[in-house]
Amino acid sequence: MTKSNLQKVLESGAFAVTGELGPPKSGQRDVIEHHASHLKGVVDSVNITDNQTAIVRTSSIATGRILLDMGIEPNVQMTVRDRNRIAIQADVLGAVALGMKNILCIQGDHATLGNEPKAKNVNDLDSMNLISALKKMRDEQEFIGGDKLDAPIDLYIGAVANPFADPFEYRPYRLAKKIEAGAQFIQTQVIFDMERFERYMKIVVDMGLHEKAHIIAGITPLKSLGAARYMKNNVAGMIVPDHIIDRLKGAKDKKAEGVNIAVEMIEHLKTIEGVAGVHIMAVAWEEIVPEIAERAGLLPRPTFD
Amino acid sequence: MIVAERKPLGEILKNLEPHKKVLILGCGECVTVCMTGGDKEARETALALSIARKKAGSPIEVKSHTVERQCEPEYLESARHLVEEADVVVSLACGVGIQNMNEYYADKRTLPGVNTTFMGMPTEQGVWTENCLGCGNCVLDETMGICPIARCSKSMLNGPCGGSQNGKCEVSKDIDCAWHLIVERLMKFNKLGALQEVKEPKDWSTSHHGGPRKMIREDVRL
Ligand code: SF4
Ligand code: SF4
Repeated sequence: MTKSNLQKVLESGAFAVTGELGPPKSGQRDVIEHHASHLKGVVDSVNITDNQTAIVRTSSIATGRILLDMGIEPNVQMTVRDRNRIAIQADVLGAVALGMKNILCIQGDHATLGNEPKAKNVNDLDSMNLISALKKMRDEQEFIGGDKLDAPIDLYIGAVANPFADPFEYRPYRLAKKIEAGAQFIQTQVIFDMERFERYMKIVVDMGLHEKAHIIAGITPLKSLGAARYMKNNVAGMIVPDHIIDRLKGAKDKKAEGVNIAVEMIEHLKTIEGVAGVHIMAVAWEEIVPEIAERAGLLPRPTFD
Repeated sequence: MIVAERKPLGEILKNLEPHKKVLILGCGECVTVCMTGGDKEARETALALSIARKKAGSPIEVKSHTVERQCEPEYLESARHLVEEADVVVSLACGVGIQNMNEYYADKRTLPGVNTTFMGMPTEQGVWTENCLGCGNCVLDETMGICPIARCSKSMLNGPCGGSQNGKCEVSKDIDCAWHLIVERLMKFNKLGALQEVKEPKDWSTSHHGGPRKMIREDVRL
């Protein structure tokens, strides 16, 4: 079995850094290349969103192949919103054939929140089922329905966790369930409420979950006060505390302050037990990631032969 | 019960444009209870249509009638005289009743006067909510009597998703998150551990996804 770069980094014990790319609402390869170029050598793997917030964009697998051509490792996000188990399993095989190994299993925001609100939400599987399905395809060479794959596949299976969703008490158990289903690495929702995240991690560590999967904490640099308010009020399952909003409000240079907050948060995350890395989500602001990584002492990234 | 909403009058009027004699046919079951298509609503609809057509300068003869249960053929015979007299029928029953009319009185068209919305129940005066999608493989025993198929916007078997906040669904603050309710009820019964089992992908073939369904009971067939 050949491992993805992300898997190698995490298993080496190094503090991992992942980035994120939102494909464009167009078929422009050069636009994808432009955004991705900022992340090369700065992160271990780049998440490619799958019609994020239910907005139609270039397919994540196609974008993943473009990144591979650039020498950047993709982490393909895959929702269960738009495809049934036939299409999903076909796409997993397609992604593998194109050289992708990391797949992040996501439920996906409801279609009514996006730009095709009249669409049918498929949800044939749920995100938990998707994790189990990938594990079964890889470990047992078997599809969900029991038919056999013709040859083994390599996959590094990821899942998401949202410590800011409710019911809070249940969230660590839900994480345990995802790990039980087969998730090997976890990327969390964007963290602004550090106090709540620490409470969550304490339970996660007490349950020993950080030893069963690598937990990567989500960070987003805030570009403006408007962006902070938008996330607070409009993004499903997100908490932005008032002290963050106030800090941006008080700052002359909002962008610089947003970056300062992100760097401080990463420094803090490094000290939290059970956190194996950071996932920096700076979609449409990828050019800031090198600076954040540099200032947070995350460079250079480890390489393996 | 089956819940339905009356179609906008304008839509019904448009469908009735070529017609002069219309029968509005109500049903005495679910649509009566949800105050959409019972006798009262059939009369009101008939009146509203006739006023609108008079105003538009093309008067129409509208009668109304209500059968006890439009979804079973036996109950339709009582309306024969009125149906035959009319050019067209507008049914205020659910989609089942409307189809039954079209089959039973195959020489006459029965048009829909309502949008059939869901299987649900009244939760407060004037409010009905969806409870069941008729998935053909009930899991209410596993979810403390709260349906994750109909009441979770993503029909998750392993919920809740990451969009659940303050007990509400990410789709709208007006929708309770079914999985929040399930988790709370499991905690109340000290059974949260039951949720740790990873539920297998749902077998949708027992639902509409397996094709239109039919139930055959040999023991009661004639
Ligand atoms: S599980 Fe299926 S049958 Fe049971 S209430 Fe829900 S939709 Fe209806
Ligand atoms: S918020 Fe709750 S009800 Fe809405 S989709 Fe998520 S789990 Fe289902």
